[in-house]
Amino acid sequence: MANYKLQINGRTLEADVDADTPLLWVLRDHLGLVGTKFGCGIAQCGACTVHVDGKAMRSCSLPVSAVGAKKVTTIEGLSELGDHPVQQAWDEVDVAQCGYCQAGQIMTAAALLAQNPKPTNEQIENAMHGNICRCGTYHRILEAVALASTKLK
Amino acid sequence: MTSIPKTSRRDFLKLAAAAGGGLVLGFHWESAEAKIMNVIHGGTVAGSDISFNSYLSISPDDVITIFSPNPELGQNIKTSFPMIVAEELDADWTKVHVQQAMLDTKKYERQVTGGSGAIPHSWERLRKAGATARYMLMEAAAKRWSVPASSLTAEHGVVYHKESGRKATYGELATDASAIAVPADVKLKDKKDFKLIGTAVRNVDSKQMITGKPLYGLDFYREGMLFAMLQRPPAFGTKIKSVDAAAAKAMPGIVDVVTFKNNVAVVGKSTWQVNKARKALKVEYEPDGAAALESTTDHDQIFKKLLDSSDPNVVSVKRKDGDADAAFKTAAKVITKEYQCPFLSHSPLEPMNFFAHVRPDGVELVGPSQTPDMARNETAKLLNIPPEQITLELTRLGGGFGRRLKADYVLEAAELSSLIKAPVKVIWTREDDMTGGSYRPAVRYRFSAALDAKGNLVGYKLRGVGINAGNCTREDNFPSGAVDNLQIESIEHKSPITTGAWRAPITNFLAFAEQAFIDEVAMAAGKDPVAFRLDLLAKAKTTPVGAIKYDIDRMKGVIDLVVEKSQWGKKKGVSQGFSVYFSHRSYVAQVAEIEMKKGKPVLEKIHAAADCGVVVNISGANQQVRGGVTDGLGHALFGSLTFKDGAAEQKNFNNYRLIRMKEVPAIDVHFVNNGIDPTGLGEPALPPTGGAVANALFKALGKRLYNQPFTKQEELKGVSLGERL
Repeated sequence: MANYKLQINGRTLEADVDADTPLLWVLRDHLGLVGTKFGCGIAQCGACTVHVDGKAMRSCSLPVSAVGAKKVTTIEGLSELGDHPVQQAWDEVDVAQCGYCQAGQIMTAAALLAQNPKPTNEQIENAMHGNICRCGTYHRILEAVALASTKLK
Repeated sequence: MTSIPKTSRRDFLKLAAAAGGGLVLGFHWESAEAKIMNVIHGGTVAGSDISFNSYLSISPDDVITIFSPNPELGQNIKTSFPMIVAEELDADWTKVHVQQAMLDTKKYERQVTGGSGAIPHSWERLRKAGATARYMLMEAAAKRWSVPASSLTAEHGVVYHKESGRKATYGELATDASAIAVPADVKLKDKKDFKLIGTAVRNVDSKQMITGKPLYGLDFYREGMLFAMLQRPPAFGTKIKSVDAAAAKAMPGIVDVVTFKNNVAVVGKSTWQVNKARKALKVEYEPDGAAALESTTDHDQIFKKLLDSSDPNVVSVKRKDGDADAAFKTAAKVITKEYQCPFLSHSPLEPMNFFAHVRPDGVELVGPSQTPDMARNETAKLLNIPPEQITLELTRLGGGFGRRLKADYVLEAAELSSLIKAPVKVIWTREDDMTGGSYRPAVRYRFSAALDAKGNLVGYKLRGVGINAGNCTREDNFPSGAVDNLQIESIEHKSPITTGAWRAPITNFLAFAEQAFIDEVAMAAGKDPVAFRLDLLAKAKTTPVGAIKYDIDRMKGVIDLVVEKSQWGKKKGVSQGFSVYFSHRSYVAQVAEIEMKKGKPVLEKIHAAADCGVVVNISGANQQVRGGVTDGLGHALFGSLTFKDGAAEQKNFNNYRLIRMKEVPAIDVHFVNNGIDPTGLGEPALPPTGGAVANALFKALGKRLYNQPFTKQEELKGVSLGERL
């Protein structure tokens, strides 16, 4: 066990955990940030996607000891009021069915748009291909990412 | 005090009044058919032995709360149920607050998500609930203004008296309305007057989902709660021989290791710690009695053997019309083909989990379940306590697909909590879920068709063998009723591998097999596949053979619609494949379109035409069809769970492939608008997809597919598949 000071959603949060604890479980079990989901544990489904220094990362496979002082953003911290262009687009398109994968989808989409604000459909598909939606909301995810792209300031 | 016509004192219900007054309305039915409702105002619940169905409340400040009793797993019931109430109430939807109800079958009766049955079951009750409240609000206004109720109108939560210009909101009238006698029956709207039903209404949990609020079972945490993971037998047909938990117990954060019923539970203070400690367990297993450790290769042999069985103790005849054997002897042409599917994992994205706290004075259960009532009753039996001592709080479900119809994961949590005398959340990993059972059963079918010299279908046989599949046929489905000589038989092989209902049980594969077979038979008869089916339906209509349990006109309706929308047979350079299927009371026809690009087949589009009766929420319904088609396509292309010596060989999404974004074609959705009461949409869009795609592939490549998953079949070896296949 060791004490880790983590930069999460603009705050410094502390957790006493084993060094190999994945960031996912630190967020969920120790910091009360449950928006980041557990789906597979082996970086295959994308439900646990967070931003680490602005890049989409799979928090289920990222040991807390490797996070250091890097800036972590979770779905809870993507925007203060839940009105990030991607969140707005998700709401307008009414993307979700069960909704379980959607936080990970949104985080992947937000990272894509930060890096490429005007992606083609093919670029969107390539970026989102790693996120599984078991309900099959892929058409709406594509539509929402494209819509979010038009909302970026 | 409220007066309640036509009901006995014993049935009088009182619920806590909304704070500061207002109207609380219980929807009370003596039975499914009875039409009596009670107004409840003031006091506490009195008659605990009364079943009512749901309730709404209207507060003086105009907040309308509608309780949604059924488990929400993505079928959008939490949005569409309240829409039905709000429609008849003429409520302002922006002021409707929806709340998930606790498990209470005395109040809500059917709190199940399964069988595409929620809206068909509750449609009329929900409408009456809204209409009754509206009636009482109108009566209250009429009384207040001393005008006849017939001179009033209501819109968006406001009652108007146009003549005098007076108006009052529902909130302003709610307390008065609660003193109005409940009508024994109310008039419902004409469907053509619906304003909310049929429109696109956003998911009521949308904001919470996109901001990461706790909604799901796995998101449930409580101070002092322990975490547990269970090691279950790695292979079906084995049991524990010995357990050495010393190393696991010594690991940080571990509170206890408990063995019960072939499970070794590691209990600790965090998910990661119990996950790590579980790996340190040393558990030996041995065969459980005489049970065989079955492999997929064994199943292949079992299928072959049983399909040829002539033992009447093995073969169960499900339907027999005319004399099929005689028809086959005199047929001009006989076609026989076999179709096989593997086991599938349900794989909802939220793995199984449940919270349980077994206390001396009662039990608290919290989590995701499609059948909370059954989970409670089985827990009561397990712990030998009355079900009334158990509360069950439903969370949102991160998918279900039938897996959460079973209560195994609830019972484990309850039993563990009773053993360790502490609140505990049991968490399954993805590997636990994929290897731990309750799969879509593997099935093999043999279809035979007898054609006369003119290409008419004069004989039809179907024999299916399923592994723990129960009746693996649907003997009264199409084409039964349209063939003079027909025999349908089912055979079951009992196995230690556990199976269960998987979205569109049985029909999720049977539909592919049947629709691919009929396509092949139609071509052997020299007929267009759509025309061939329409001829059969016409025969079933004019000269039906035996009982017909599907609606011929509705089936024809979706065929006609998809033919029109897809321009069936009229597109150049496009290989179209057709399929139509009836399941769970609804009808869906599909046309898949494949185009050859750079010598490779590309699945460009699937047209789907559905008849589910009245569409409640067009946004939810469109997605339900697209999602169903995507689910059907993904599993037909990729889904396969194989076994070696009783153990699942695929354990996670790295080698159990689910469909991803780039593999999904465009899906155009159309609904038949016939105004009949809703008949369900959670499952019916899935079954036709595999057949439509396989039939399109045949047109494109000249190769027939008989087994799933398509991507692993011999027929496609050496064929390079293009996108979305």
